[in-house]
Amino acid sequence: MSSVWETLEKFLDNVEKPARYIGLEHGAQRPPHLESNISWLLTYPDVYEVGLPNQGLQILYEILNESPIAEAERAYAPWVDLERIMRSELIPLFSVDTHRPASEFDVIAFNLSSELVYTNLINCIDLAGVPIKSSERTEEHPLIGAGGHCVYNPEPLANIVDFFALGDGEEVITDITKVMHEFKSLESNSQDRRDLLHQLSKIEGVYVPSMYEATYNNEGVQVLEPLFDDVPKLIEKRTIVDLEDWPYPKEQLVPITEVVHDRLNVEVFRGCTRGCRFCQAGMITRPVRERPDQQVRTMLQAGLKRTGYDEAALTSLSTADYSGIREVVEETVADPVNCGQVSISLPSLRVDAFTVDIAASIQNARRTGLTFAPEAGTWRLRQVINKLITEEDLYGAVESAFSQGWKRMKLYFLIGLPTETDEDTLGIARLAANCVKIGKRYTNAASVTVSVGGFVPKPFTPFQWFGQNTVEELDRKVWLLKDEVKKTKGIKLKWHDPKATLVEGVLSRGDRRLGDVLQAVWSSGGVFQEWSEHFNLDLWMSGLEEYGLSHEWFAYRHRDAAEPLPWDHLDAGLYKDFLWQEWRDALEEKGLEDCRWIPCYDCGACTGYGLDHIVASTSPPVGGSQGTWQDLENGNFAPQLLQINSKAK
Amino acid sequence: MIVRLRTTKIGKIRFASHRDIAKVWERSLRRAEIPLVYSEGFHPRPKISFGLALPTGAESECEYLDFHLDDKKYENSKIVAIPEVLTTILPEGIEITGMVKMQNKYVSLQQSVTSTTWEIEVEENKEFVDEWVDHVLSSEELIIKRTRKGKEVVDDIRPYIREISVGQGDLNRSTLQAELKTQPRSLRPSEFLASAQPNLTMARLRRLKQFIDTGDNEIGPLELGERLNSDQELCPS
Repeated sequence: MSSVWETLEKFLDNVEKPARYIGLEHGAQRPPHLESNISWLLTYPDVYEVGLPNQGLQILYEILNESPIAEAERAYAPWVDLERIMRSELIPLFSVDTHRPASEFDVIAFNLSSELVYTNLINCIDLAGVPIKSSERTEEHPLIGAGGHCVYNPEPLANIVDFFALGDGEEVITDITKVMHEFKSLESNSQDRRDLLHQLSKIEGVYVPSMYEATYNNEGVQVLEPLFDDVPKLIEKRTIVDLEDWPYPKEQLVPITEVVHDRLNVEVFRGCTRGCRFCQAGMITRPVRERPDQQVRTMLQAGLKRTGYDEAALTSLSTADYSGIREVVEETVADPVNCGQVSISLPSLRVDAFTVDIAASIQNARRTGLTFAPEAGTWRLRQVINKLITEEDLYGAVESAFSQGWKRMKLYFLIGLPTETDEDTLGIARLAANCVKIGKRYTNAASVTVSVGGFVPKPFTPFQWFGQNTVEELDRKVWLLKDEVKKTKGIKLKWHDPKATLVEGVLSRGDRRLGDVLQAVWSSGGVFQEWSEHFNLDLWMSGLEEYGLSHEWFAYRHRDAAEPLPWDHLDAGLYKDFLWQEWRDALEEKGLEDCRWIPCYDCGACTGYGLDHIVASTSPPVGGSQGTWQDLENGNFAPQLLQINSKAK
Repeated sequence: MIVRLRTTKIGKIRFASHRDIAKVWERSLRRAEIPLVYSEGFHPRPKISFGLALPTGAESECEYLDFHLDDKKYENSKIVAIPEVLTTILPEGIEITGMVKMQNKYVSLQQSVTSTTWEIEVEENKEFVDEWVDHVLSSEELIIKRTRKGKEVVDDIRPYIREISVGQGDLNRSTLQAELKTQPRSLRPSEFLASAQPNLTMARLRRLKQFIDTGDNEIGPLELGERLNSDQELCPS
């Protein structure tokens, strides 16, 4: 059997949104299914609408299909209605490209961007007809791989996933393919799966958990030891030096049915050195590597033409920081080829008036809402988390937006941050009320939506030692805010379920013992846990209890400097000393400037990769102290080396 | 200039909704660099209008759409190539099978189409379906209940049924061909199958033809237009 389509199509009339399962996207490929090739099934463990736009998977999809020895297809988690049918009709997990059964691939590789999808990963493996535990799989089964931000603590999935790839995937995917291809072409009976995994573990950036033994000390803390001498003690993440060498996706997929971020996406830089201490993405993707503006222009132009989209997004962790952002945006909007029909979105706005001006120059006519993320309610707490936005920055941005025709603002905040007091929490309501007041000067329809999420400490951030707030404490803070925002008309409060925050926290810093818990939750029906209508804390609590584990121990407990962390065998490029110093500075409410425009403070990200930040402009962005926390008068004199060093490694 | 196209929707693409397909068209016309006239106002939209919605999951040999071509920006020689150019751009299963230029007296597809012919494969065998059809055709009225705007309304759908024929299908199934009226409202094939007891079970659905009743005779929506090129293959149904 090489396609499930004939069986599948009989049932698609009975499911919600059947177009999720048909493929046919513009840009989709139909690989030849050559036996000698290494075939990858790139799987996003959530529904199609969420998974399809994922840029990481699309980049790997193209790189693999360009290779003469590899081919790649895509799969997404089937929604619960189709899953029921698949189980009763014995339809396995399939690729949407050719509807090939998942078990016929050499590798099933998952993108992990949230902890709550871990049970979906298990479900996908099971739907593929593959044993869930890596130790139960044999030569006849595909390898299970994973990448993405969550693999900076892969331990909860260590007994399930065969290998993890850390960091940028562009180069390592080819390295893995080569090793597998060589192994496959040997065709010798003595080749066992363990040999292959052993070989994979020697690739830089690849972590093979079965090559390490886990022991637990008296306090129950996990320590890993390599089983063989030639397996690395420390696995370093992979970093691509120059984005210009990787102008992917070249053929972004254009779906038939509506998906999130349904537009052309062009990545303008990778990495961020703003240094927000809660932000894992900003820590693990360092250093900053900008794409040359000429290439951005070409990718925009060619991409719009190729896809037929009338909207493009310039993506990064903080797009307003891109050198020459204004020029790129204005030129694209003014380009006669686009007949004035193209709009540009900046998905991550900085909080200042300058940013709003850029937004105003492009979103002609579509002024529905703008989103800002001050993250904390008081300047004191913003210094703790190093999100150095002054109140004036925020009000300036909001004033600028309301005065230019926007009517709705959305403000993002975290609650449960280290050192947070009720004054900080109530500060959220105060900021929002002041924003409404500014808005009312311009329009009676002015409204502000406040969105609060519970803070989850993440590995490789300065807050990795912090014990997160309990569910009760987060609930109390939400209630506090609810009462407070009622006093102002025009504020709407939304919040993330603190119970889900707890589960994220357990998994984010958990260890190998959680694999059994994940399997227990999955087998009692706990899939799509990232969807509030499916999330069920009871399943998690009874799973933890069943294996004698405590959610409090994993999530609520503060760690000290001496305690080994479950991800100590991984290297995200950051010195542990640096993170610890940042943790101490946070507690002393000391901010740290953005190193793109000041001398290096040696976080570790650049050392060893033979590169510096690649930024086209030596001066910090105009307009506002925000984020840089420096004297902007002297900004232009900030010393900085801005080129790739000779590969010193 | 208003251009009317006839297309198919066959195979995997049948699971894309009417709304999905509308977006696909907008993007495909942009990719083909076919200049369209845009609506005025705050939110300029390209002027494209679609015919009667096809249920998601149904196939069709005769979907129609009209768009306003900005012919000042487009050479005449390029216009005749539109079907070919678009077919290579559109997803697999959507093929353009006819194109005309509409006359000045333009009536939208939704308003002008009066009936459509469906091919409906049902789970029941031919003998059973023959009897069912006899009953339907000999009935004076066929009352169905349906909810409209939250209220239950009772409808006689007999006047909507023009013609039915029955053929043998695969695996003991049978195939109905039914011409159902679309004015004043569109009778859905699922309603038709529920018009008499016991209801028939639909296995597969395909729209074969759409008609405009001019009073004298029934013509296809393309026949209201003018051919752009004498070589243009144009089946008049």
